Amino acid sequence: MKTLTIDAKDIHYTPLNQQIRAAIADGVKEITLNNILGQRFIGDGLRGDDVTITVNGVPGGDLAMFMSGPTIIVHGNADHAPGNTMDKGKVIIHGSAGDAVAHSMRGGRVYVRDSIGYRGGIHMKKYLEKRPILVVGGSARAFLGESMAGGLIIVLGLGDTKPIAEQGVGSGIHGGEIFVRGPVDKLCLGSGTKQAPVTEDERVMIRPIIEDYAKSFGIDPAPLVAADYTRIAAISARPFASKYTLE
Amino acid sequence: MSIGSTPLRFRVTIDPDRCMNCGRCIENCSYGVYRMEDEKIRINSRNCVACHRCLAFCPRDAIEIEEKPGDYRSHPVWTREIREAVFNQAKTGKIISGGMGNALPWPIIFDRLVLDACQVTNPSIDPLREPMELRTYIGKKPSSLSVRERPGKDVELLTKLSPNLQIETPIMIGHMSYGAISLPAQQAMARAVHRIGTFMGTGEGGLHQSLYPYQKNMIVQVASGRFGVDIDYLERGAAIEIKIGQGAKPGIGGHLPGEKVCADVACTRMIPEGSDAISPAPHHDIYSIEDLKQLVHGLKEATEWKKPVFVKIAAVHNAAAIAAGIARSGADAVVIDGFRGGTGSAPVVFRDHVGIPIEAAIASVDAKLRQQGIRNEVSLIASGGIRQSADVAKIICLGADAVYIGTSALVAMGCRVCGTCNRGMCAWGIATQKPELTKRLDPEINAVQVENLIHGWTLELGELMGAAGINSIESLRGNRDRLRGYMLDEGLLNVLDVKTVGA
Repeated sequence: MKTLTIDAKDIHYTPLNQQIRAAIADGVKEITLNNILGQRFIGDGLRGDDVTITVNGVPGGDLAMFMSGPTIIVHGNADHAPGNTMDKGKVIIHGSAGDAVAHSMRGGRVYVRDSIGYRGGIHMKKYLEKRPILVVGGSARAFLGESMAGGLIIVLGLGDTKPIAEQGVGSGIHGGEIFVRGPVDKLCLGSGTKQAPVTEDERVMIRPIIEDYAKSFGIDPAPLVAADYTRIAAISARPFASKYTLE
Repeated sequence: MSIGSTPLRFRVTIDPDRCMNCGRCIENCSYGVYRMEDEKIRINSRNCVACHRCLAFCPRDAIEIEEKPGDYRSHPVWTREIREAVFNQAKTGKIISGGMGNALPWPIIFDRLVLDACQVTNPSIDPLREPMELRTYIGKKPSSLSVRERPGKDVELLTKLSPNLQIETPIMIGHMSYGAISLPAQQAMARAVHRIGTFMGTGEGGLHQSLYPYQKNMIVQVASGRFGVDIDYLERGAAIEIKIGQGAKPGIGGHLPGEKVCADVACTRMIPEGSDAISPAPHHDIYSIEDLKQLVHGLKEATEWKKPVFVKIAAVHNAAAIAAGIARSGADAVVIDGFRGGTGSAPVVFRDHVGIPIEAAIASVDAKLRQQGIRNEVSLIASGGIRQSADVAKIICLGADAVYIGTSALVAMGCRVCGTCNRGMCAWGIATQKPELTKRLDPEINAVQVENLIHGWTLELGELMGAAGINSIESLRGNRDRLRGYMLDEGLLNVLDVKTVGA
């Protein structure tokens, strides 16, 4: 298999992405980027289902934006909005990520080992077989899953912090679902949401996702699979349906 | 006590001497005004919206539609519309939604501006005899050029130029999404812009497969819901437009009700059939000019810096300062959508009361960008309430590079401006997804009509320029000396930087 290692020290993101595109066009399947320090848009608009990019360092914002296919593994934290409007592929972050993680994501998976900032999974959406999945190992800050239209978010709350301790979760949600390990204080829920304990069917549905997540980070899936979860979803798929009267 | 009925908005009558009972009115009316009973056509005037579909297809001119046949006691403050809005909300407790553009009788600045023409001291130009340059380039222009002489007499351009759109007339069609309007309506406009050599916007509804042959004349939109946006879509468009706001509803998002999300709309938008398509008020990855820059660069990076990126904002009070920020974000064009801009649906309170007129917005944006020495960084596209070629000429004099038309293109396809686009029952097949209605449009016939309209305006624009002794659109742009204000107040004349008539 063709591989490539790029020393990204002092390289601007545009020539860096150009090198990545050229390598993929050349048949390279595994690309390692060393000394990444704040380069934005890594993998932006990139295609290639069988391509894996390993990022060593801290990438800048909008990692894997509009990406359609590749897998990106980050050994470090990520800045805001990794997986922004991502279409297909996988982003695995061995660290934490900033605000608006998986913003408007429409397919693929984003796994974050530690915690994420505000508005995670905001306006994720689903169409046919395209179903975006965001799994967070630690905690998520306020407005998780705001305006969510489809897809799946799981917050595991590993470590010392509560998975959800801030308000506005699922505010304006009209599709998709959010699973949080353990109970969720109802004060944290946004308007238009409801919560219920996980059902057996749902447990079966999330199990392979949790197992895949655990495998990605080399942790034991058993306690996560066995744990109790709270499911947060929309009260109505059409929150605005009765808001208007005709002129 | 109930509020009871309100007076009819329209009264429909059929002249029995002319009517031949053919029933075309029944077939054509999608609002349920007509029905056949006892072999006679019966009328329910209360359902009429004055879309004139029946009138247009009555072979005997037998139908008459009268507006406000019975009215309330006239009152300058408590107008009919105000009273009916109160009744409506007293009954429902809801937000009033409506279609089309601003329906209040605000003064129209365009109609208080007059154009100039040559007399004696400089000759006018006859566009029939002499070339009239209307070709326009939309995008960044370099502030300076550096060249290197090559051996021989050739020179090499060292400055890297940004991608520009080349349009053969400064008239484009703005963003009306598949969902807000029908597919045949989009197809007709796509054919028209393709033939003319101009562009149209997709709106935030994705790009339907049947429009791929025209994709080089399409500007794809990225709005807060990111509907239909993936890398294929971005690569298909000739340019990408980030929609921040819309003139008909500044500051709020969009909401395409599930009823309008048929299988095809669902596929194009990439959302489940029948689900609401909700675009949040802000882009949740843009909370500042710096964030906007991030999205502009993100889109450019995704498409390898080959396409211009536009940013559209609604014309609001501080449009000039906002546009100056956008010009520094790396965007190639700023679209300003005035408060007369149309919409498939908007809360009436926003449609009628929020935002400022395009004339004032363009003039102040152009002035601000020139003051700051960054006018070359972006092209300016004016949108919202462009009704005729005179408006195009005037807004270019006020500083625009080109215009987007919307409603006028729909009117060219038969729209009668009845303002009920939001109901999804458009009898003309334009603002609806009902297959029995959308098939009323013929993409080819309607394409010719839209093409004719833009062609006619382009000819008039050339004539107006020729009469003013101008043979290139470049010389008209920002040329406020060719405008005079007629009965405009001093404050507005200052904003427009236009002298009064006689001065």
